[in-house]
Amino acid sequence: MDLRLSEEQVMFKKMFADFCTKEIRPKGEQIDQSEEPPLELLQKAVAQGFWAALVPEAMEGCGLDIYTYMLLLEELARADLSTALILSVHNSLVVKPLLDHGTEEQKERYLPALAFGEMLGAFALTEPGAGSDVTALTTTASRHDGHYLLNGTKIWVSNGALAGLLLTFARAEGGITAFLVERDTPGLKVGYREKTLGLRGVPCNTLYFDHAAIPAGNRLGAEGQGLKIALGALELSRLGIGALALGGAERALEEAVRFSIEHIQFGGPIALKQAIQNYIADAKARIEALRCLILHTAWLADTGQSFGQQASIVKLFGSRVAYEVSHKMLQVHGGYGYMKEYAIERYYRDCRSLEIIEGTSQIQQFLIARDLYRAEGLEIRP
Amino acid sequence: MDFSFPKEYQLFRRMVREFCESEVRPLARVIDREHRVPHETIKKAAELGLMGVPFPQKYGGMGGGEIGYCILAEELGRVCSSTATVIGAHIGIAAMAIYLDGTEAQKQKYLVPLAQGKAIGAFGLTEAQAGSDAAAIKTTAVRDGNHFVINGAKVFITNGDIADIIVVMAVTDPSLGAYGGITAFIVETDTPGFSIGSLENKMGIRGSSTAECVFQDVRVPKENVLGQFGAGFLTFMKSLDIGRASLGAACLGGAQAALESAMQWARAREQFGVPVATKQSVYFMIADMAVEIEALRSLIYRTAWMIDTGQPHIMEAAACKLFGSEVAHRCINKALQIHGALGYSRDYEIERGWRDQRITEIYEGTNEIQRIVIASNLFRPYGLRIPT
Repeated sequence: MDLRLSEEQVMFKKMFADFCTKEIRPKGEQIDQSEEPPLELLQKAVAQGFWAALVPEAMEGCGLDIYTYMLLLEELARADLSTALILSVHNSLVVKPLLDHGTEEQKERYLPALAFGEMLGAFALTEPGAGSDVTALTTTASRHDGHYLLNGTKIWVSNGALAGLLLTFARAEGGITAFLVERDTPGLKVGYREKTLGLRGVPCNTLYFDHAAIPAGNRLGAEGQGLKIALGALELSRLGIGALALGGAERALEEAVRFSIEHIQFGGPIALKQAIQNYIADAKARIEALRCLILHTAWLADTGQSFGQQASIVKLFGSRVAYEVSHKMLQVHGGYGYMKEYAIERYYRDCRSLEIIEGTSQIQQFLIARDLYRAEGLEIRP
Repeated sequence: MDFSFPKEYQLFRRMVREFCESEVRPLARVIDREHRVPHETIKKAAELGLMGVPFPQKYGGMGGGEIGYCILAEELGRVCSSTATVIGAHIGIAAMAIYLDGTEAQKQKYLVPLAQGKAIGAFGLTEAQAGSDAAAIKTTAVRDGNHFVINGAKVFITNGDIADIIVVMAVTDPSLGAYGGITAFIVETDTPGFSIGSLENKMGIRGSSTAECVFQDVRVPKENVLGQFGAGFLTFMKSLDIGRASLGAACLGGAQAALESAMQWARAREQFGVPVATKQSVYFMIADMAVEIEALRSLIYRTAWMIDTGQPHIMEAAACKLFGSEVAHRCINKALQIHGALGYSRDYEIERGWRDQRITEIYEGTNEIQRIVIASNLFRPYGLRIPT
C-alpha cells in the first residue's frame, strides 16, 4: 500500500493548480455576478488539455487516470465551481461514455471536436416528470428512414446552450436508448435557461425535440442500453461531484482561515477563539476524510473494480461535507460572509447544488441501501 | 397554566395575516429583485398601526406588547423576510431603545412618530472593526456647548438610508471603556454632516437596505442623549435583548412557510408513480420540521410572555434567536431538498427563503455571541465570569 501521489500525479496537480489559481480564480466573482459562462477561460483550458482529460494519449488526449482526473476537478472547484461543473459534465458524462460505448466511427467523428474545444458536451436525461425516477422518461425515438425521430422535452440540462454535442436519452422500440445529438440538428431547440441559486455560470436549459432526425449511426450502444450507459456515466460523475465538493470545501476553509486571522475582535484575531478553531478543525477533519474516500474510490476505478456503490457514498458524503463546511465557514465570516464581495457567499450557494445535481442525496441513500440489501437477497424499491 | 392566545391577539393575528397575504406576499419576489420594500407597503402597515405594535397607545403604539410584536414578526417572516427586517429594525431596536430609555419629551418627540410610522428608525452600533466586539467602536461624540459633535462611520446599518431617526452609539469618554464611556444619541438624519456611504450587496434580505452611515461633524443637541450619559452600552444591550425574541419569531414564520411549501410540493410531485410525500426520506424530514417548529413556537411565546410580565428574560431571548435561526436553517434547507432541482431555481420562493434565512444566524449578535450570552448567564450565579 502506497498512498503517495506518483511523480506524474504531483506534476499534474501542480500544473492544474497553477492554471486554476492564476486564470480561473480571479474570474469567479465575475462569472457569478454576470451569470455568463466563462467562454474565454474554457477556450484557454483547451490548451491545458482539460477538455481531453480522459481521452487516451494515443488519440492525443491527456489520458489521465481517474485519480488524476479527480485532482483536476478538485483544483477547478477550488478556483470556481461553475467552471468545474461545466468541465465535469463534458468529461464525465459525454467524453467518457463515448469512449466506453462509441463505435470507432463515432469516436473518430466526435472525439477530436470534444477534445480540442470545438464541441462542449451536455447530458440530456432529466425530464419534467422524470427526475429522481429516470425510468419514467417519455421522450421518444421512433425509427424513420435510417434515422430516429426524437420527440420530447428535457429540462435542467447543464451546458445546454453551450453544448455542441448532447448525449440524449429517449425511449426507442427496444427501450431507453442513448443518442449523440448535434446542436444544430433541425427540430432541436434550446429553450428556457434556469435562474439558479448558485452555479450561475453554468447554463442550465430546457431542450425541445420536435421530430429531430438523428442518423441511426449516432445511436450510442444498442437500443435499450441507454439506462446502463447513463448509470455508468453517472457513477464516474458522482465520484467527480465528490471531487468538486472537496475543492469547494477546501476553498471555503481557506477563505475562513484567512478571514479569521485578519479579522480582529475583542483585541485579537478571531482565530484565537476556541469556537472558531473548532469550526476550522471540524472542517479540516471532514475534508481529509472526504479526500481519502475519493482516493480509495478512484483507486477502485483505476484498477478496474466496480465502484458504483462507492461513488454513491462519495456523492452523498462529499456533498454534505461541502454544504456543512461552507455553511460554517460563512459563519466564521459573520456579517461579511453574507456580502457578495466575499467569495464564501458564492461558495455557500454553489456548494448547495451538490446535494441535488446528478442524483439527490436521497437517491444516493437509496442506491447504497439497495446494494446492501441486494447482497442479502432482498430487492428494495425506491 | 393557560397556553391559549386571548381573543384580542387572535383577532390581531388575523388582521396581520390578511395584511401580509394581500399586501406583502404578492410583492415579496419584486422586493427581493428590486432591493426595496415599497414605501406604499410601509405606509399601509403604518395605517394599520403595525409600525408601533409593542408600544403603549399613549406613545402612538398599539399596546400589543412583546406578544403582539412577536405575532407581527412571525407573520411577516412567513411571507417576506425583507419586510420583516425593515419593520423589525424599526420597531425592535430603533424605537425600542427610545421606549426603554427615552425621557418623556424624547418619547413624545421621537417615539410617537416612529410608532405611528410617520418616521422610520434605524439603530447604529456596528462599525467596520466592531461587530461582535461592540465595545470597540471608534465613533466619537464630543461636547461643544449645548451640543455634541459626532464623527465616525457605522456599517451594516439596516434601514440606514431610509431612516428619519437613527439611534447611534458613540464614545464619549475613551478612558472609561464600554461601561461609562459609550453614550447613545438620537440623531435626525437630515442633520448636516450625516450621509450614506456604500450600500451592501447581500445574499438575501435584499429588499432591506444595509447601509454605511457616515457622521462628519454631526451636531446633536444635548437633549438628544438617550438614557444616562455614558450608559449607552446598557441601552443597546437592553434593546438587543428584547429584540432577540422577535427575531426568533420571524424565524418561526420562515420555518413555518418552509414546512407549508414543502408539504404542498411533496403532495403534488409524483415520482415512481406516487407523490414523493409518501416516501419516508421525505415525510421524516417533514415530521422533523414540524417538531422543531412546535418547540420554537413554545419558546418564542413563553419568552414574549416573560418580557410582557416583567420577568428576567435575557437568556431566554438569546435562546429564541439562537434556536430560532438554527431551526429556520434546518427547515428551509430540508424544504429546498424536498423540492429537488426546483428548490435551486430562482423561479420558486424556496430559493429566496433559503438565501434570506442565512442572515438570521448572523445578524443582531451572531449565534456565537448568543452562546456567550447564554453561558454567561448560566455561570454568573456561581461567580464565574465567562470571557468572550
